[in-house]
Amino acid sequence: MGVRMMECPKQINEWIHKYLDGDISEEEGRYLKEHLHSCQKCMKHYQELEKTVLFVKSLSHIAAPDHFTQKVMASLPKEKRSVGVQRWLRNHPFLAAASLFIILMTGVLFSSYEESRFSVTKYDNIIVDNNTVIVPEGETVKGDITVKNGDIEIKGKVEGDVTVINGEQYMASAGQVTGKVEEINELFEWLWYEIKTTLSEVFQK
Amino acid sequence: MEEFVKKKIRQIKKGDQDAFAEVVDLYKDKIYHLCYRMLGNAHEAEDIAQEAFLRVYINIHSFDINKKFSTWLYRIATNLSIDRIRKKKPDYYLDAEVAGTDGLTLYSQVSSDIAMPEKEVEAMELQEIIQKEILKLPDKYRSVIVLRYIEDLSLQEISEVLDIPVGTVKTRIHRGREALRKQLRHL
Repeated sequence: MGVRMMECPKQINEWIHKYLDGDISEEEGRYLKEHLHSCQKCMKHYQELEKTVLFVKSLSHIAAPDHFTQKVMASLPKEKRSVGVQRWLRNHPFLAAASLFIILMTGVLFSSYEESRFSVTKYDNIIVDNNTVIVPEGETVKGDITVKNGDIEIKGKVEGDVTVINGEQYMASAGQVTGKVEEINELFEWLWYEIKTTLSEVFQK
Repeated sequence: MEEFVKKKIRQIKKGDQDAFAEVVDLYKDKIYHLCYRMLGNAHEAEDIAQEAFLRVYINIHSFDINKKFSTWLYRIATNLSIDRIRKKKPDYYLDAEVAGTDGLTLYSQVSSDIAMPEKEVEAMELQEIIQKEILKLPDKYRSVIVLRYIEDLSLQEISEVLDIPVGTVKTRIHRGREALRKQLRHL
């Protein structure tokens, strides 16, 4: 070819940019290469553009200033409370379980404290004397008797179950209970009893 | 990464601010850098980057989870930066055609005259010069150059961020590159 002065193809500039964008076809690329090697002016243009790109890319990265995130967070509107609770539960499963346990235990202890008073299923023909329930001789109680925090003496007949919670039952020789007799004294025994009754109630339904 | 961000966005949509803080941490450097290169000023960059994240949080319900989050975030940050540039615009634009000069812009008039003395050029850090030249670009060229070469987005992504056709992105990048070339070729 030699040093022949020739008009640069109109598309050369476009091809240079396409090339810089990684957007050029194989054929165009070949023409471009050929031309750049034979035309100093276009080669210079291409090199200047390439240098420009490198300059811009060389700009160092600048990190966001300190406390950027905190400042953004401080500018936000308040979040819904329910989300806060849910997230707390998710982030602190152990604390959540522990506090649930404490709440339940307090409930149990409190209610058992509440129930540390004497009580008995009411029937007309039984005698209550100083936290002791007496089923007198010759009397018949038709139904279950539950005594809490007291004792029971059975001299007559009970046509049903007798349950004593935190107390004792004395059965006279003439005494008679047609159902079950149960004594529940310990807290956990009592809990177990509660669970059993609840369950049997559930299953009976 | 995309999956992680999606999960976080679902949490943010439910109002979880901690999830949002994680997303801010993830993108703050990129967004701050974008704003810094667009505005050339640390204070303004922080201001606009903060505003961008606040907008994201407030408008998170309108964000379609199936779309790319970073594209949406870049769009908000770029638009806010452009708004800021336009608010503090000088009395004239460098790329505005000078009346009666038939296509001649102030750029072409200014560029050759303003070549600085060599010592000064040496003294000024190269980085500052490049940043200064980027800041001289009209906002539509500046945004594509910054997104392409600073944030390293593809042409397709830039087209989505700016909501303009890929062809337009290419044209703007070509013109932006040419404008910068005129200013930086002597270095």
